[in-house]
Amino acid sequence: MQTYDLEANGLRGLNETLHAQSETTNQTVWEVVNPKGSHAIAVGLDAPIEVTVKGSTGYYCAGMNQQATIRVEGSAGPGVAENMMSGTVIIDGDASQYAGATGHGGLLVIKGNASSRCGISMKGIDIVVHGNIGHMSAFMAQAGNLVVCGDAGDALGDSLYEACLFVRGSVKSLGADCIEKELRPEHIEILKDLLDRAGADAKPEEFKRYGSARQLYNFDVDNAAAY
Amino acid sequence: MSDNNIPRTVPIQSATFTKEINAEIRRAAATGIYDIRGGGAKRKVPHFDDLLFLGASVSRYPLEGYREKCDTSVLLGTRFAKNPIKLDIPITIAGMSFGALSGPAKEALGRGASMAGTSTTTGDGGMTQEERGHSTQLVYQYLPSRYGMNPNDLRKADAIEIVVGQGAKPGGGGMLLGQKISDRVAEMRTLPKGIDQRSSCRHPDWTGPDDLEIKILELREITNGRIPIYVKIAGARPYFDTTLAIKAGADVVVLDGMQGGTAATQDVFIEHVGQPTLACIRPAVQALQDLGMHRKVQLVISGGIRTGADVAKAMALGADAVSIGTAAMIAIGDNDPKWESEYQKLGSTTGAYDDWHEGMDPAGITTQDPELMKRVDPVDAGRRLRNYLKVMTLEAQTIARACGHNHLHNLEPEDLCALTMEAAAMARVPLAGTDWYPGKAGF
Repeated sequence: MQTYDLEANGLRGLNETLHAQSETTNQTVWEVVNPKGSHAIAVGLDAPIEVTVKGSTGYYCAGMNQQATIRVEGSAGPGVAENMMSGTVIIDGDASQYAGATGHGGLLVIKGNASSRCGISMKGIDIVVHGNIGHMSAFMAQAGNLVVCGDAGDALGDSLYEACLFVRGSVKSLGADCIEKELRPEHIEILKDLLDRAGADAKPEEFKRYGSARQLYNFDVDNAAAY
Repeated sequence: MSDNNIPRTVPIQSATFTKEINAEIRRAAATGIYDIRGGGAKRKVPHFDDLLFLGASVSRYPLEGYREKCDTSVLLGTRFAKNPIKLDIPITIAGMSFGALSGPAKEALGRGASMAGTSTTTGDGGMTQEERGHSTQLVYQYLPSRYGMNPNDLRKADAIEIVVGQGAKPGGGGMLLGQKISDRVAEMRTLPKGIDQRSSCRHPDWTGPDDLEIKILELREITNGRIPIYVKIAGARPYFDTTLAIKAGADVVVLDGMQGGTAATQDVFIEHVGQPTLACIRPAVQALQDLGMHRKVQLVISGGIRTGADVAKAMALGADAVSIGTAAMIAIGDNDPKWESEYQKLGSTTGAYDDWHEGMDPAGITTQDPELMKRVDPVDAGRRLRNYLKVMTLEAQTIARACGHNHLHNLEPEDLCALTMEAAAMARVPLAGTDWYPGKAGF
């Protein structure tokens, strides 16, 4: 295992080193010590490596991740795994705002709670939150799955496109054009797979599914109040 | 006197309720939706035409037109980037999306810009092979919607432009109507085909200048500090917005005035929000100077640049370069009179056609219709753009030499006078025939 002391060696050195890892690197396991809430840790990775951050992180940890598995042994600041394309990001603690924002693929697991705007504009990423999520989550979410084992805050799925939202607990309110939908067998399968991969102790049948009513897809003056 | 012989007043059209306003009232009443269109502000506002160069005489001597060198090169991104962008001419092609524009149109922009030695820019919807393949220097826009945002493309870019605002719609997002969401556009944007696609007005994962600083840090980390990071702002509050962009770590500030175009947004936005380009330059330059960053952080001005005179005037006011969008589209064939009969079928006319969002562009530029886009020959259109860029450069050089400068960057406000009080106040150059402008201390 390779150990990188972020405090001693700096952020640019860490990211450049991780960027230099190829598909066939032998240095596949990395540990980052002394993160101390730094921003932009392990961003833009594109290799099948494992990176464990030994502590909490600032903004945009694991941003735009491809292929890598990144684990934060602490909590993550705003925008964790933003625009992730593939790979896996696991947050042992809580995540701040915009977790998984605009993500195109991969799996983001948050073992604690996620703050507001979790999964905003998500475009194919899968997000599993063991705890609760804040308001305006999945705003304008386009594709992918957001699984919430706890409760969801206000305006869930506002202006939603084709993303699927699954919530086990309560939903404080649904956003514009977001409705509850039937949980069909194919959704149970999706949930089962995601919960297994996220290590979440929950039964798929306990969830409700929410999606777009598709009433705002094309402008209609009678829906003007919803815009 | 019979009634027939009584003199009558002639019918008078209201200056308030004009024919255009009345037509819009009727259209709004019939449809229930605001007017959406492309382009920039069409209203008359103080502009570069309201400025004149003084030229040289006894107090300054000119350079010989065809013998003495007048450099036009510019480096963008010298503040932090390992690899600043080096351009032969200070006229870049502004961000225009694939989706709003057809693939052949994007290719033409790339070809023309490359032949002229300048950069082109992606837009909302991501990077296409057409533009990367044909652009020697490509700026990758990082937009609020993040449609098509892809780190592989980010790493292929020669610079990143974080779009905070656009002159046509400061504080607003775009609207690409369903007619233009073809299979390819839908796939690139991860959206269902045929829906009205809204673009967000602000970024999903940051708000405010402190966050912007961290976002810039992230993008620098992802690209290992290799390429410049621009911040594009609308002409809203140019002094403060430029100040904050600099403090956030921008290598380049791109400032877009209200004449700057858009693919599609509300007409009320285009015409009633934001400031004229002319009014934005001096406050932005002042911000750079106050922070000791003029010429260290480069300023690119856009919004209504049409001629070499406009280029020279923007640079004399302190810009390092300019950017063109609408003019480039015209150069590659947009609103060409040869399509007049087809523009009329669409209820428009040459020069006025702005329903770019509807996807029916007879010129094949603002469309995703396979038959219409065949009308754009990217090689020929690229050549025309190259020619136009060269002409603008020659014009700007002609003026600079006449003012005694051997580099376009040596143009200065002292080379200018203003024809109107408004232009004098905005550009902070003397009203013609005086040594005074409104707001000048001591007067």
